[in-house]
Amino acid sequence: MKKLNLPKLLIFVIVFYAAIQILYSTEMMNGYILHIINQSLIYVILAVSLNLINGITGQFSLGHMGFAGVGAYVSGTISTLVFKINPSTPGGMGIFILAIVVGGLAAAFVGFLIGFPSLRLKGDYLAIVTLGFGEIIRTIFNNIDYVGGPRGLLGIPKFSNFTTITVAALITIVVIRNLVESSHGRAMLAIRENELAAELVGVNTTHYKVLAFVIGAFFAGIAGGLFAHLLQMAHPTQFGFIKSVEVLIMIYAGGVGSITGSTIAAFALTFLSEGLRIGIRAIADATGLPIGGEWRMVVYSLLLIFIMLFKTEGLMGTKEAKLIRLKEVE
Amino acid sequence: MPALLSIKGMTHFFGGLKAVSNFSYDIPEGVIYGLIGPNGSGKTTTFNLITGIYSPTEGKVFFKDKDITRAKPYKIVQSGIARTFQNLRIFSSLTALDNIKIAKHFGSKSGLATSVLRLPSFMNEEKAIKKQSLELLDLMHLSHRAKESAKNLPYGELRRLEIARALATNPKLLLLDEPAAGMNPKEVEELMGLITRIRKEFSVTVFLIEHHMQVVMGICEYIKVIDFGETIAEGIPEAVAKDPRVLEAYLGKRGA
Repeated sequence: MKKLNLPKLLIFVIVFYAAIQILYSTEMMNGYILHIINQSLIYVILAVSLNLINGITGQFSLGHMGFAGVGAYVSGTISTLVFKINPSTPGGMGIFILAIVVGGLAAAFVGFLIGFPSLRLKGDYLAIVTLGFGEIIRTIFNNIDYVGGPRGLLGIPKFSNFTTITVAALITIVVIRNLVESSHGRAMLAIRENELAAELVGVNTTHYKVLAFVIGAFFAGIAGGLFAHLLQMAHPTQFGFIKSVEVLIMIYAGGVGSITGSTIAAFALTFLSEGLRIGIRAIADATGLPIGGEWRMVVYSLLLIFIMLFKTEGLMGTKEAKLIRLKEVE
Repeated sequence: MPALLSIKGMTHFFGGLKAVSNFSYDIPEGVIYGLIGPNGSGKTTTFNLITGIYSPTEGKVFFKDKDITRAKPYKIVQSGIARTFQNLRIFSSLTALDNIKIAKHFGSKSGLATSVLRLPSFMNEEKAIKKQSLELLDLMHLSHRAKESAKNLPYGELRRLEIARALATNPKLLLLDEPAAGMNPKEVEELMGLITRIRKEFSVTVFLIEHHMQVVMGICEYIKVIDFGETIAEGIPEAVAKDPRVLEAYLGKRGA
């Protein structure tokens, strides 16, 4: 009899999933914590996909949330305005998945367009262009009445749940990990290491830079769609520059180029940010000091500065956990 | 013998500076061809023009009778010209093995979906790439470094790694930009043996730039000497070594 040989990563995710479900259903964990876990998992998708562009291919994108915005609005429009589905609609789940995928594809197309400046621009200049792009996306949504303009797109059905988000996060990690460990991924790494040398060992650098943007944007679009169907709204301010920077911080804190690092940092920083909100409010209540929840950003920034000072290469550097690594080809 | 690489009337300006002036030459298949000249004489520029990093202001480059003058660098590599760099360009935070595997990239047939799903055809190809890459490392006496991050390798090994990486693209023509730079006499001796061996085992034509006279005179079958972008002498090593213009360019005018 053949031994069932499940990959370790899959086993880990199943155990993680079961544990959370048990904790939640026995009311040992409340809905608030589950919500933070869901958010963390969406941030995992965002961080790992941005890592493909910034960490693996060595480009510098500051507009990742712009792609998420495209995914959120496109999928939200499909589910809310076109099909008007809700979780009790028969076949609603199918339409939801379709909406999410179309949202991802729309974001990928925008990624394709934004990938082109990356062919001529490097470093800071590319960062500025992608930053501008993110703001353009935000402004466009702000001005389209059909999707709610500055009020945002409201009344999006709540289809995202722990199960869908976990599956999406797992697929993202596996796809990007497998990509990195193929000749396509090696071509992207080569561009990061030395673009001229990459070109001169036969890598079509143009193709791979655009490809990194397309794939990265696709998964960001998926994350955006999941976000919209979790929070039941899509709002222009969710996809601004500051939000893109949050994802950027995750990949730098986790280690540029490390999928493991991005995943851990997405969880840690999402929880940290929430924890600080509660913690600071508690301090304010106890001491009567005039500090509000916004002060968490100050503490958060200080913590990040310390991480960068004492662990320059981020938590993981470019290393991957055993769980994420693929078995070597013999 | 038919010319593998043929350069016709190549001229290149950097702004007002003429870096390469009306170069024409043929490199026959199978030779080791040396290009020498003082610093700033236009040697590396010539390599950059052949590999498509610069487009020549005037003139044409033919490789295997095909015009490659304005082709993209990666296309030129794929057509069979590989090179190394004077100032190493290694993928330094990757392992020595990965450095080689990257150069095997364009031979890989697996599409995106096949790779991501890790289908059997992809796995077989990966195995083949790994095997060939390890063989190349072995040839360069770098097997023990396969898993080592390239940035930890000493200089002489990095030079060999770069040659191995160039060979991984299965070139017909190998351009070596000062391969002996920074090597000690023992390493230079080994390098000479290596280049001769590579030519034989991979049946490549070697075109090298070198300052190191021992290397040039020792292994090149044909030498071209340039200065200020112009050819001042060419021919077999013995003849070039005695040419008064060559001595002048290298040592200065007699009695000046």
